[in-house]
Amino acid sequence: MDRRDFIKTMGVVGASVLPARSLRAEEIEDKSVEFNGILVDTTRCVGCQNCSVVCAESHDLPEPDLDKMFEITGNRPTTPEQWTTISRFEVDGEEIYVKKQCMHCNQPACATACPTKALLKTEEGPVIWRGDKCMGCRFCMISCPFDIPKFEYDSANPRIMKCVMCWEKIKEGEQPECVANCPEEAIIFGTRRELIDEAKSRIYSEPDRYVHEIYGELEVGGTGYLYLAGVPFDQLGFKEDLENEAYPQYTKTFLYSVPFVITLWPAFLLALHNATKRDETDREGGM
Amino acid sequence: MEVIMKEKPIIVQEGKRFIKFILSELKPKGKLLTPFNIFAAIVIGVGVILIAIRFIYGLSSVTNLSQEFPWGIWIGFDVITGVAFAGGAYVLTFMVYILRLEKYHPIIRITVLNGFLAYVFYAGALLLDLGRPWHVINPIIGNSFGVSSVMFLVAWHFMLYMMAEFVEFSPAVAEWLGWRKIRKILAGMTLGAVIFGITLSTLHQSGLGALFLMTKGKLHPLWYSEFMPILFFISSIFAGLSMVILEGSISHKLFAKRMSNEIKRSHNDIVMGLSKICAGALFVYFFLKVLVFIHENSWVHLNTPWGYWFLLEIVGFVIIPLRLYMLGSRNKNFTLIKVAAVLALVGIVLNRLNTSVIAYNWQNFGAYVPTWMEIEITLTVILVEIIVLRWIVYRMPILTESPAWALPEKMRDRVQKIFLVKEKAKEEEKEQWKVSTM
Repeated sequence: MDRRDFIKTMGVVGASVLPARSLRAEEIEDKSVEFNGILVDTTRCVGCQNCSVVCAESHDLPEPDLDKMFEITGNRPTTPEQWTTISRFEVDGEEIYVKKQCMHCNQPACATACPTKALLKTEEGPVIWRGDKCMGCRFCMISCPFDIPKFEYDSANPRIMKCVMCWEKIKEGEQPECVANCPEEAIIFGTRRELIDEAKSRIYSEPDRYVHEIYGELEVGGTGYLYLAGVPFDQLGFKEDLENEAYPQYTKTFLYSVPFVITLWPAFLLALHNATKRDETDREGGM
Repeated sequence: MEVIMKEKPIIVQEGKRFIKFILSELKPKGKLLTPFNIFAAIVIGVGVILIAIRFIYGLSSVTNLSQEFPWGIWIGFDVITGVAFAGGAYVLTFMVYILRLEKYHPIIRITVLNGFLAYVFYAGALLLDLGRPWHVINPIIGNSFGVSSVMFLVAWHFMLYMMAEFVEFSPAVAEWLGWRKIRKILAGMTLGAVIFGITLSTLHQSGLGALFLMTKGKLHPLWYSEFMPILFFISSIFAGLSMVILEGSISHKLFAKRMSNEIKRSHNDIVMGLSKICAGALFVYFFLKVLVFIHENSWVHLNTPWGYWFLLEIVGFVIIPLRLYMLGSRNKNFTLIKVAAVLALVGIVLNRLNTSVIAYNWQNFGAYVPTWMEIEITLTVILVEIIVLRWIVYRMPILTESPAWALPEKMRDRVQKIFLVKEKAKEEEKEQWKVSTM
């Protein structure tokens, strides 16, 4: 290996390590951060859809069509125009209403997937979207286990539309609109820890009223939205096949291997190049 | 004073000569109204209008993309399949510059050029798909590094690899323009670019597989596996080389007049060698697929419609091309090899589309079928690429020999060489001023 080759390779390696050093799976290690969340008690919800109405008002969305809820039973996905929906289920002749929106995961797949940090897990707990960063690649939609981010395909300046848990209000110390306007107190706002305590005490005090599970406590590493229900969650359109592992874990191994490849591969290739040299008079040339 | 007065007109003269040269090269060299050109003009014309509509009215005006299927053929075919097809460049540069397999040297330029253009156009097609393409520089200028994102890594690597491939290819541009000194500098950068390029390719070919690691539960378990990055990387080897074999036989017909005797002579030998490598890579790929299948315990899925579809991909487009490559290289049957190449490429299209579009969100009732407009725009991208490729091949020394001044002189005896090189360097220095514009 002559000196020029060496310097060149060091330059190449150095340049490539520069972006690679920061390429690591991002996880929230700091356990002192207390995320806020929302607890939904589906046994209390009466399906008035007031949450959908106030949500639309406060986020400049078109007025939701409230009759749609009665047209179908089963999951009603959110849309770019409606960030929170009420799904109607019939289990054993009983009608159950379930609020569906972004789950605000502790370690969200969407924010991990986002190449520009347009989707961001804030310290307060909400997962927000920032239009000045997003390039519209829709990798968040591909990655989200709950299929929540929605895209404005009809627009020349499309946005990713989803519940942001009224982040601006939470920062001011207020409650999200849907919580503040729920007439049945079916949804309550608080830190995740408080909400889990509350949910558990409800289960303990009325063990026959609830299934003994808090959906969102463990799923995908924990979510900001937590659910209580009187019937098994898979009958209410919840995904029960999700694992407890947080989604950033799935790409962690790959991303950790990147710095190794990017530092070891060039050295190995250069060594191979020199090892295969026939004799000294061989000249290196271009193509 | 006199010296300056004399030199100035030469520079001006050379500048004029350069502009004249470029202008004359811009003119088409063959007949304009060929059936291909007319077809291309129509397709591209319609494509440009559709692209304008897409940017004015949004993606829904030309595509069938939906909330359930956010990625269609523009990503699944143009980008993800296109990049696998362009893998031949990094495999061949590895063989020629790292392993010094001189046998493959004659086709290195056309392969790198093909790879470079594929990246420019197919990765460029990404811009059509991006909802907010004016923010595409965000992950690069550093105001918002999504460092935990595989997409961020892939985006950076696309960009850096395009630069590396351009450096690898640039001596041909310098030879075309007659820039001797610059060619020397560029040729000196080749090895660095090759090593950098192979490293980047290893990471972004596998990175395309890693994009889908977070689709656990959404991508059908027959395709989802934690080994997707490795499978994508291995398959890019035979995908790239199969493309080299196919393109070789096509350019043999199309560019026969522009082809050096060396390429013509070595062609069969090269195809034979590549088909053996393809067979090897296909075998490794198949073996890994079987391992993953057993590891993930996927037997339950096999006797379902998805299982049959999976078997079609594995048997029809992995095992059969593997067998054909083996038979073809054993019996020196070039028809078999070409058929194997086509089947292997179809298999890659199937695998990449299955992963990104078809078996994605498989539990969802809806399905995505591309509109004719999405296909039309894809065709536009391909045709523009072919036209640019043709323009370059007819002008630069890609398939032809480099000009005499650019060839390495190996054969001279040492003493004479040192003497001659010194003498020649002086001469060249003088000549430089006359010939070069730089």
